[in-house]
Amino acid sequence: MSAAESYVTPDGRTIGGTVLEMKNITLRFGGVVAIKDISFDIREGEIRAIIGPNGAGKSSMLNVMNGFYHPQEGEVWFHGQKRKPMKPYQIAKQGIARTFQNIALFKGMSTLDNIMTGRFNHMKTNMFLQMIWKGPAEREEAENREIVEHVIDFLEIQAIRKTPVGALPYGLQKRVELGRALAAQPKLLLLDEPMAGMNVEEKEDMSRFILDVNDEFGTTIALIEHDMGVVMDISDRVVVMDYGAKIGDGTPDEVINNQAVIDAYLGVEHE
Amino acid sequence: MFYREAGDFKKTYAEDNQTFPLRVDRWAYYLVLVIAFGAVPFFINNWWANAAIIPFLVWAIASLGLNILGGYCGQISLGSGGFMAVGAYSAYKLMTSFPDLNMFIVVLISGAITALVGMLFGLPSLRIKGFYLAVATLAAQFFLVWMFNKFSWFYNNSASGQIHAPTRSVFGYEVTGATATAPAKYLFCLVLVVLFAWIARNLTRGRIGRSWMAIRDMDIAAEIIGVNPLKTKLTAFGVSSFYIGVAGALFFTVYLGDVEVGEAFGIQKSFLLIFMVIIGGLGSILGSFIGAGFLVLMPLLLKYIMAEKLGFPTDIAAHLEFVIIGFLIMLTLVLEPHGIAQLWRVAKQKLRLWPFPH
Ligand SMILES: Nc1ncnc2c1ncn2[C@@H]1O[C@H](COP(=O)(O)OP(=O)(O)O)[C@@H](O)[C@H]1O
Ligand SMILES: [Mg+2]
Repeated sequence: MSAAESYVTPDGRTIGGTVLEMKNITLRFGGVVAIKDISFDIREGEIRAIIGPNGAGKSSMLNVMNGFYHPQEGEVWFHGQKRKPMKPYQIAKQGIARTFQNIALFKGMSTLDNIMTGRFNHMKTNMFLQMIWKGPAEREEAENREIVEHVIDFLEIQAIRKTPVGALPYGLQKRVELGRALAAQPKLLLLDEPMAGMNVEEKEDMSRFILDVNDEFGTTIALIEHDMGVVMDISDRVVVMDYGAKIGDGTPDEVINNQAVIDAYLGVEHE
Repeated sequence: MFYREAGDFKKTYAEDNQTFPLRVDRWAYYLVLVIAFGAVPFFINNWWANAAIIPFLVWAIASLGLNILGGYCGQISLGSGGFMAVGAYSAYKLMTSFPDLNMFIVVLISGAITALVGMLFGLPSLRIKGFYLAVATLAAQFFLVWMFNKFSWFYNNSASGQIHAPTRSVFGYEVTGATATAPAKYLFCLVLVVLFAWIARNLTRGRIGRSWMAIRDMDIAAEIIGVNPLKTKLTAFGVSSFYIGVAGALFFTVYLGDVEVGEAFGIQKSFLLIFMVIIGGLGSILGSFIGAGFLVLMPLLLKYIMAEKLGFPTDIAAHLEFVIIGFLIMLTLVLEPHGIAQLWRVAKQKLRLWPFPH
């Protein structure tokens, strides 16, 4: 952990030291600069929002965090250590889970199997034991099923347990995808527009789930969101991106009063 | 009325997760096993064994294998014929080099060798998908057939270039060679089929099976959950090739007895296996059996009806066979991508609710 001091939020949650630190990240795709020299940190137990107009580079930032993209410049520090270039599945093993902007569920599988797949890193029985099934493999399956059933209860999706996810409405699919990420019991949870395309009621549900995850399990969360109202409500600190650059960083109140942010959101012309 | 879960409550997660959740299904399954082991061996004759039952059992193992790779892990392979040849030639070399080796061991080692070869040819799957992977595995098919033709070491320098299965026994009963009896050959294959079906079911119901399906359905999402794509695809290629190698070994040793590689394990066999898996049902253990059964029995039935009952020339029956297969492939791909097994599942679902559909 870094030297940042821990503090207690007005609603009584403890925010600890730095979990993830992005240092001077620059990411280019050919001529396009998706991320321009951005630095920020995420602290233990906080809900950190990343906002900005379409194409600002927010999703790219998450992709750098979980290893899909490798920045040309800059460093990623996780739990006080500089991270070597790693594959996404290795980063997953370090305890980072995520959801996608465009739902990325396993369409051919049921809700239950999708969420069970989220337990992959916690399941250890080898191929031989899996072949035999009786014994350790079956026991491990039942233990992990129990954890998954908690996630299912938590997200209130008991009724669709055995439904193929392809048959679910959009809002529920988003919920199942969150469930799959939660089943991994991550230290850091990355959510890419978890409420995009939802109606008000669905958004409220999702906000509540995010707050509860953070509150009950102490999970650190970084989320991308467009709805400013939601961001103001649930996040502790906000990074604002525009055209690949960071134009604001602070508490929701600080950010909303920042002139550069107001310009970006009110659509002041960029020359 | 009897086909439903009323009164059939599940108390544990293991019960909820069993292979045949409904009691009726479980009984049907035990009944099939009892008949297969207890009754069929007493009635089976040479004609039925050679024309229908043994090829069905052998192709069922191969279908399970290709279904693991294609149906569960979503990787295309046109190399099955070549991999069956690897199993066959491994068995031949083992049988001729170690005449005392138990045939079960021969077949299993042949499977293991094929698994290694399959993993080698599965390596490109990390970089390429779909059509390009299909082409790469097609190259494996042609390369392997060429290799077994080219190097006489593989066929022990026999003048004909063919391989011939010598007589070998299991626990004192001959299962290969001209004098092996139908019941012995049948039981030998049956034991392997039951074993491999049971393993396939176990592998596909837990962690490994889900990682295969995750790669099939959405590989980037699989990766962020911690699934290593290369390792996962290679285990699928390995397990799948093991099955196909075992099938190839049986096809040669128990079923054909004499093999010329291009004829026995050509590209037609790769396609036949793909058709079985598609028509039976992708991603279904039961579907593998249905597909194998269908494509083994349908030509027999067709020949019987067309040639013997209606008096058409046999080649017309053979042509009609292709027409029917082609039509069914299109039908399943368009209407029911999960094959006959899915139709069966839907029918059972309806039956559960009958006679009160709501
Ligand atoms: N894989 C990629 N290849 C090329 N350009 C990309 C890629 N991913 C993102 N970009 C570009 O990077 C910029 C930022 O995209 P993105 O991170 O998706 O923005 P946001 O999520 O903020 O809407 C866009 O201009 C986009 O076209
Ligand atoms: Mg985005």
